[in-house]
Amino acid sequence: MSLLAGVLVFLLFVQGGQSMLHSLSRKEDEKKLLVNALGRKWEYTFTTLVTFGGAFFASFPLFYSTSFGGAYWAWMILLFCFVLQAVSYEFQSKPGNIFGTTTYRIFLFINGLLGTFLLGVIVATFFTGSEFTVGKGNIAGLGVAGPVISQWQNPLHGLELLADLRNLSLGFAVLFLARTLANLFFVNRLNHEVLEQRSRKFVLFNGLPFVIFFLIFLVQILIADGYAVNLATQEIYLEQMKYLHNFIDMPVIMALFLLGVATVLYGIIRTVFDSDFKGGIWFSGAGTIVTVTMLLLVAGYNHTAYYPSSVDLQSSLTLQNSSSSEFTLSVMAVVSLLVPVVAAYIFYAWRALERKKLSLEELHSDGHAY
Amino acid sequence: MDLISASAVNWSRAQFALTAGYHWLFVPLTIGLGLIMAVMESLYVKTGDEKWKTVATFWQKIFGINFAIGVATGIILEFQFGTNWSNYSWFVGDIFGAPLAIEGILAFFLEATFISIMFFGWNRVSKKMHLTSTWLVFIGASLSAFWILVANAWMQYPTGMEFNPETVRNEMVDFWAVTCSPVAYNKFLHTTFSCWAVGAAFVVAVSGWYLLKKRHTDFACRSIRIGSLVGLVAFVMLAVTGDGSAYHVAQKQPMKLAAMEGLYEGKEGAGLVAMGMLNPAKQAYNDETDPYIFKIELPKLLSLLGYRNIHAFVPGITDIVDGGYTLSDGTTALSFRERKERGELAIRALADYQTAREQERDADAANQESILRENYAHFGYGYLDTAEDLIPNVPLTFYSFHLMVMIGVYFILFFLVMLYYTGKKDLHNSRWLQYVALWSLPLAYLASQLGWVVAEVGRQPWTIQDILPVQAASSAISSHNVVTTFILFAVLFTGLLVAEVTIMVKQIKKGPEPAAQEKVSHPQG
Repeated sequence: MSLLAGVLVFLLFVQGGQSMLHSLSRKEDEKKLLVNALGRKWEYTFTTLVTFGGAFFASFPLFYSTSFGGAYWAWMILLFCFVLQAVSYEFQSKPGNIFGTTTYRIFLFINGLLGTFLLGVIVATFFTGSEFTVGKGNIAGLGVAGPVISQWQNPLHGLELLADLRNLSLGFAVLFLARTLANLFFVNRLNHEVLEQRSRKFVLFNGLPFVIFFLIFLVQILIADGYAVNLATQEIYLEQMKYLHNFIDMPVIMALFLLGVATVLYGIIRTVFDSDFKGGIWFSGAGTIVTVTMLLLVAGYNHTAYYPSSVDLQSSLTLQNSSSSEFTLSVMAVVSLLVPVVAAYIFYAWRALERKKLSLEELHSDGHAY
Repeated sequence: MDLISASAVNWSRAQFALTAGYHWLFVPLTIGLGLIMAVMESLYVKTGDEKWKTVATFWQKIFGINFAIGVATGIILEFQFGTNWSNYSWFVGDIFGAPLAIEGILAFFLEATFISIMFFGWNRVSKKMHLTSTWLVFIGASLSAFWILVANAWMQYPTGMEFNPETVRNEMVDFWAVTCSPVAYNKFLHTTFSCWAVGAAFVVAVSGWYLLKKRHTDFACRSIRIGSLVGLVAFVMLAVTGDGSAYHVAQKQPMKLAAMEGLYEGKEGAGLVAMGMLNPAKQAYNDETDPYIFKIELPKLLSLLGYRNIHAFVPGITDIVDGGYTLSDGTTALSFRERKERGELAIRALADYQTAREQERDADAANQESILRENYAHFGYGYLDTAEDLIPNVPLTFYSFHLMVMIGVYFILFFLVMLYYTGKKDLHNSRWLQYVALWSLPLAYLASQLGWVVAEVGRQPWTIQDILPVQAASSAISSHNVVTTFILFAVLFTGLLVAEVTIMVKQIKKGPEPAAQEKVSHPQG
């Protein structure tokens, strides 16, 4: 799940690009080129999000029922943004498009902005906690508040997450990371000198706020209390600097995390300062996947409650109390053996379509343009 | 026990029905058109005839417009299990989540990856690779349907699982029983053929319009030939698999069958209602009012279809509520009252088991577990109040079923006539048939929607047959939240539907663009 989340965050470069369609381009031709470069990749992000949802359902059904059913508005707004995205590429330049191209580009902008930001906010709650209770006996009448197992205790149903500075920090960090990755992608992908130069500048403009917001989030969670699990009693308690301890207790994860961060920064810095360097997306992309994967492992490994409840510690979700049965996890593990096959054909398709850089001329000769 | 507010449950149901209904406007065309355009492209690659390429690329354009909105409406469905059906997600997530995850890994990526090559790869990969990609898009879409229908079939016929009182959930114990259940594969085939049917009706309708306008006539005739063939196969197979569906419904969901037929009093050698009108004066299942104003019945056929025996007893709604008839395994059917008592016993045993475990009274826990297991088959009945809760909306189920069947029979005849005129007669000058082709399209969509109405309304009140009714499956969220999202989705999806239709109509009016080679040999186009 952590790796899938890492891949998803990397693929959010599509959303990042969507949030800059207006600011990065000056002419309609330039906008069209950006839309088409992103439009050939949007389905990967979308599909990864859907797979992420399915995999969470299969692996951690209690998270599915608690978070989705509780933080209702956070998830619903996020999904709403992705609904807007799914039609916007195909519909925006088709004849008969009654809402007009601008409307669909606004849809893409909304998806780019809110899709990334809200995902960051929700992921932050893996460290900062949410207001819910879980009582599995509720369904058999043991609960006082009705038969629902997972109950959200805040009437804002997810909107209250926006009141936590730590959540906001990660939300903005993910937004600016997605925008940074998008610029690196444009530098790599486009055969358009003006857009390439502008994207290089934008790498810096977005990379800096990303680093600042990410550091704010990181420092806050490293010094804050974390949600630890007593191995013997399975009791959940607050431990000072739990996540810092997790890094120290798991040196391999810490090393990989630092390596991931360094690789992200290398991709950014070299793209900014070396005008011939176009491979930044691969460094920063790979670094993003590793960093996010390790960060999420820190949230759940080393006897830690990965989805903590701030109102009832014992309701917090741990890997043990919220995962599927061993049998189902084994089935999923067997199915996962096919992932390399999936990766192989994605690699093939990516290569087949990306042999040549995308230019305005290419758009007309490909027979299908957005 | 206090249940979740009825209003929140009903709005959650309405929201799921709304999003599923919209989604199902687009998915059948994706799968059906996927097959047809793959066949057309195969003919291009095999014959080298550029006109087939023109035909295939035109339908691929239409496919792209439809695909986008299908994807848009689909994402909500998966996540809604969590947002609106939170109890359901934990109670059966161990089984239900797996097909959804497998769908993502094995089907969505296949579809999403090769659709890029299909759209952007004409000049970047070989002809054969492009053709392979087009077929893989169709296979990906069909695989996706397979896994989601495995999940849906499991809700209607839960199998391959065991209840674990410790974790308070059902857990998968046999993956193959879930995946290969007879209900699942029959449902997959029936639904897939319904997609082919919609795709075929769409292609034939659009082509009929071109013939009416005397435009792109060669393109239209080629499309009609393939479309009619696919359509005829699809509708014949729908009849075959429909028979399979009826058989499984009779065995596993007798209340649904009774509602489909408006059958209140069961009988041996029951007839199948070919046509009929329900009596609105009938207010309760046991009020002695004749349920029909009129009906035309085919004698013995319901017994034959449902039980493969013309003398078999088919229970009606009253029989299922009152029990006492002999089941096919020789046992006597329990009444609703008895099942409710046993369901309440099972729920209480689960509560007592949990309490005993907490207080480390192991012997008591074991005893409660045994009571729970003995009565678990009736667990969901413990959440129902009255016998009326057990009965789905009969008029909606009855009319949906019969209208769907009538449309199916109509389409078999329609495609037979189309094929006859394509082969033997002059289709170009048969304007009446071109009109019929055009105006038959809404019927195909209607039948497709009605099929799901029968399947989903007919199984109420169950999310999981006999185990979990909707009243106990929902999230703890107040109805005003759900009403707001319902309105948001209703407005958004309606807007997107209007946008899609106008774009598609414009694209159809514009017509196919001849492939590059064709332009060279026929400069007039």
